[in-house]
This record gives sequence, C-alpha cells and structure tokens, in this order.
Amino acid sequence: MQTITRTIDTPQGAARWTRRQAALDTLFRGTTTFFAAFVLILLGAVMLTLVDGALPALRHFGLGFLTSEAWNPVTDEFGALAPIYGTLVTSAIAMLVGVPIGFGIAIFLTELCPAWLKRPFGIAIELLAGIPSIIYGIWGLFVFAPFLQSTLQPFLVDTLGELPVIGALFAGPPLGIGVLTAGLILGIMVLPFITAIIRDVFETVPAILKESAYGLGATTWEVVWKIVLPYTKVGVIGGIMLGLGRALGETMAVTFVIGNAHRISASLLAPGTTISAALANEFTEAVGDLYASSLIALGLVLFVITFIVLAMSKLLLMRLQKRAGS
Amino acid sequence: MSIVSTRIVRSMAAMAAASVLLFSGAQAADISGAGATFPYPIYAKWAEAYKAKTGIGLNYQSIGSGGGIKQIRARTVDFGATDMPLKPDDLAASGLIQFPTVMGGVVPVVNVKGVQPGQLKLTGEVLADIYLGKIRKWNDAALAKLNPGIDLPDQAIAVVHRSDGSGTTFIFADYLAKVSPEWQQKVGVNTSLQWPVGLGGKGNEGVAATVGRTDGAIGYVEYAYAKQNRLIYIQLANRDGRFVSPNSETFQAAAANADWASTPAYNLTLTNQPGANSWPMTGATFILLYAQQEDAAKAKQVLDFFGWAYGNGDQMAESLDYVPMPDNVVRLIENTWRSVKGPDGQPVRNGPSM
Repeated sequence: MQTITRTIDTPQGAARWTRRQAALDTLFRGTTTFFAAFVLILLGAVMLTLVDGALPALRHFGLGFLTSEAWNPVTDEFGALAPIYGTLVTSAIAMLVGVPIGFGIAIFLTELCPAWLKRPFGIAIELLAGIPSIIYGIWGLFVFAPFLQSTLQPFLVDTLGELPVIGALFAGPPLGIGVLTAGLILGIMVLPFITAIIRDVFETVPAILKESAYGLGATTWEVVWKIVLPYTKVGVIGGIMLGLGRALGETMAVTFVIGNAHRISASLLAPGTTISAALANEFTEAVGDLYASSLIALGLVLFVITFIVLAMSKLLLMRLQKRAGS
Repeated sequence: MSIVSTRIVRSMAAMAAASVLLFSGAQAADISGAGATFPYPIYAKWAEAYKAKTGIGLNYQSIGSGGGIKQIRARTVDFGATDMPLKPDDLAASGLIQFPTVMGGVVPVVNVKGVQPGQLKLTGEVLADIYLGKIRKWNDAALAKLNPGIDLPDQAIAVVHRSDGSGTTFIFADYLAKVSPEWQQKVGVNTSLQWPVGLGGKGNEGVAATVGRTDGAIGYVEYAYAKQNRLIYIQLANRDGRFVSPNSETFQAAAANADWASTPAYNLTLTNQPGANSWPMTGATFILLYAQQEDAAKAKQVLDFFGWAYGNGDQMAESLDYVPMPDNVVRLIENTWRSVKGPDGQPVRNGPSM
C-alpha cells in the first residue's frame, strides 16, 4: 500500500505505474488465452495421434472395418462392428434404466419429499456418484451377476423369451454375465449423474410458477409435466447427455460383467463387448502392427461416436432455445 | 535481481544434479523386466530372496506376454518375459535371444453341481468340441460316455476364456490344435483368439472368478490359481490315452520328455507330450534379452539373477507348483548366454551360476 502511494506521487511514477499495470493485464490475458487454446491443441493432438495410429488399419480394411464383425488376432482380420454394437446397446439399456428412475428420484426429491429427508437422500445419491467404477465391476461380477443368473434371467428366458419376435432378445442360457448385465450396471452408474443434475435444475423453477399452478388446481403430475419440465428442459437434456457420455466411455465395470466376446448376438443375455472394454483387455497383448492399429482405430470410432452424441445434444438444445425464444 | 536469479539457477542446477545421481543410483541397483503374468509369482519370490542376499532388486511388471515383447523391443526394460516362444527367425531379425526359466501347467476347471475336484474326465477332442461350441450341454452323450459314474445335469455349458491376450491361452490353444484338426483350422493358435463361443474373463483371476461364480461353467487357468482358489479341476486324457490329474509330478513327467537340446532357440511347447504320466497342457515361460548390450554391467546383473535362480530357486519354484528346468537344460542355457555381449564384443558373463 505504502509503495503504491509513493510511486504515484510524481507524474513519471504514475505513468510508469500505468504502463506496468497495462503490461500485467496483457500478460494475464495472454496467459489465460494460452490456457484456453491449450485445451484445443490437446484435443487436436489426441485426434491426430488417433488418426495417425489408426491409419494402417483403416488403409488395410477400408470402410469394411466398420461393417465387419470379425476380430481374429490369429489371421489378422479385424472389424469394429461387434464392439460398436455392444457400446450402443449397453448405453441404450443404461439410458432406459437410468433416465426414468433418475426422473422419479428428482421429482420425489423436489416435489414430494419431506424437507428433513431431502438432505440424507441427496447426499446418498451424490455418494453413489463417487464410487469408483472398478468397485461397480467387482460388485457386478461377484454379487449382481450371480443374482441375475438365478433370478431375473431365468424369469426373462421363461416369459419374454417364449414370445414370438422379441423372444430372440431374451433367449437363454442365463449366464449371469452379458450385455444386459453390463447395461443394468451402467444404468446404476449413470443414475446419480442424471438424478443430481435433474434435481438441481428442477430446483431452479421459481416457486411462484408452481404455486400458481397448484392454486389453479393442478395435480403434482401436471405441475411436473406442464410447468417444471418445460421450464428446465435444456438442463434436463444436458444431464441425460452427461449420463450417456459416461455410459459410452465406461470401461472397467463393463469389462468385468459383459463377457468380452467379439460377437453380435441377438440375445441380450449373451456375452458381447464394448469399444472401451476391448481396448482395456487387448492393448497390452496386441503384438502385431495391424492388431495394435485396429485397436487405435476402435478408439477413434469411440471418439467420433462421443463427438456425434455431443453435437446432437448441442443441436437439440439450440433448437429448443430457438423455439422458446420465438 | 541478477544475484537472486543466479542463486536460484545455481541451486536448481544442484538439485537437478542430485536427482540425476539419485535416479541413476536407483537404476544401477535394480533390474527391470516386464511381460508374462504366468511366471509372476515365482519371479516375485526369487526377487525377494535375491534382494535379501545381494541387495539387487527386481522390478517386474506382469503386464502380459505381448506387453513384454513390446517393452523389450522398445528397450524400456532390461528383459522381456513371454509365455509364447518367439520363432528363431523373429529372434534373429530383432537381435534377441530367448531362454526358458520355469515350466508349469494349464488346468481346465469346472463349476457343475455335484462334481468334485478331479472327478470329471475329459479328452482333448471333447474339450475342443466344448470350446468350438459343438457340445453345448453338460449331459451331452460324449461327456456322459467318459463319465459313467457322474450324474451330469441338463444344463448349458458356460464356456469361459481369457479376454486379454495371454500365454495361458497360447498353451491351451496349442494343445487343442494338436488334438483337434478342426480347432487348428477354424481357430488356430495365438495368445488371443477369435473364440467361437464363450465369455471372456480378464486375467487368470477373472477366469477363476467367473468360473467360480457361474453355474455350469468351464474355464482354464494356470495351475497355481486353480489350487489357490480351490477350483474344481478335471482329469484329462494324455497322448498315451491315460487320464491324469494336474500336479507337479504330471507336469514334470511332461517336461522330462522335452528335447530342448535339438530345438533351435528353445522354441518348444510342451503340450501333448508322450509318457504315461504326462499332463498334456504343460508349457514353459521364456525370457527375452538383447544379444548386443549397451550396458555390459547391467546385462551381467540380469544373467546373474537368472543364474542364481537356476542354482538356488528350484525349491521355491516347486513350492509354487512350477517345474524347475532340469540341470542339463540349465547348462545349455548358460552356454546360450555366451552370445550376450557388451559393447566391447566380449560375453558379459563368463562365470558359472553363483
């Protein structure tokens, strides 16, 4: 404080002080710009590395890489279809499980829950988000999969499995481990993310809007469906997309329970694989150049899928905002 | 300002020099290796005893045979370890030598209600048919014929294999290819395969856990895992047509007939060996080393370690259910080591094992 008052006592001192502040400002702007640009540079570098590593495989297999189900390290034939299918199907199951339950919990917490229960419930859900995925994997393998094998899966095989068209989805034998189990575990894993975000955005709805609706005689369901949801749809979609992003890239928990078989089976009870599980399993042992390159190409495919999902959610949000604006 | 900055630069330089010294000190003391998971328990045990004796530690990363081959090619480790021997041409092309350290067995394990350890009997052909997806139920006629005394359930067979590439898979597939032409033709032999059926578990632990937790499962693991997890092993028919149980004696019987001397680069798998008492799924695990070494002292340390292990580690190996290399093979290997040379063109290690 003292030094500042002393330096600006004279006109030269004031000028010097101003110049110094301006220089510091420029430096600060430059540094933060560099940090921001650094993220873009990193992203570009990751993309370039992936493309460069994947080139030998893509050149060798061409577009057939995306449509081939083969994955044969003995004969060096590789195709990405089975892992892509597994990634999309497990994520879809996760969304089918996670979104409705997440909605239900968020509605309960914001609209119906007694005030004294809100905090314990909220904290419990946030704790669920903090569990490392390997723990989900171990729990899935040792507890959840044997449980499914002896309860839900035989039930599905005996009931839905007997139906004409969708029966193929639930054809036996019940192994415990498989695409369905992986999808369900993923559903549990994305649940806290979706729930926490939906709850937070639901709480941003002004009380006066809801009270007006209740005052007009609306039921809780009508308030949620016609007041809260339209008000918060952007945030809700953001939450769902965050969950989907996590489901697409999740590795360890899936590796434990999906069965790691490079096959596309009609049945959801059969083993399959996902892109990230295949990478985690095989990278250390991929000896041949084409093998390693095919795995990197798989990584590139996952990158592109995640990119498309994000782009689609941004587009959706922009369209919603435009409609809300007009 | 200038005084301060000079002082900072000086102290930083001193710190950097100190850390360089520290790091190079640590590197000189420890041997580093990476590769196969199958021999990891015995390498760890040897390393512990060796460190207690000499003060030289071994930093071994059990990342898998493929990883080991990659790491030694990238020269990030002093030696690589693999369960799948490299072909002599590959070795020559990359300037590597290889030698076997210990042998062990791969064991099929099952989880079927009412079946006790060592009770179920299988032949190689039936095992191949199960893994090809041709035999799908436990009460299949082929299984019932081999096991008249056991009431096998009407249950689907859950086939379990390794999801990661593995030397254990290599030994398993190598045996199936020898007994089943269809396996040889449709699936082949490698550390990872395109499996016609089944679930993949990650690592020996993953397969052991999946088999242990899944009703009606069959899998294959390295013998120590089967023993430690008390999994239900089976009897397997060997080349002489006799049913044998997996244990040190049957592994040793398989190893006894191995002809290491006339096999170039020790490129030998011990599957389906003759002998009335031979366990048919036996294999050795190998060390990879550059023949031309830049750091002769370091290379000598590596060879000294394995020389010590051959001389003093047999009991430790046996206690972990590995089969040590016979003495005549060790002499062959020590001869091979003479081709490991330092920058001066001299063999890095001349003396006998400590």
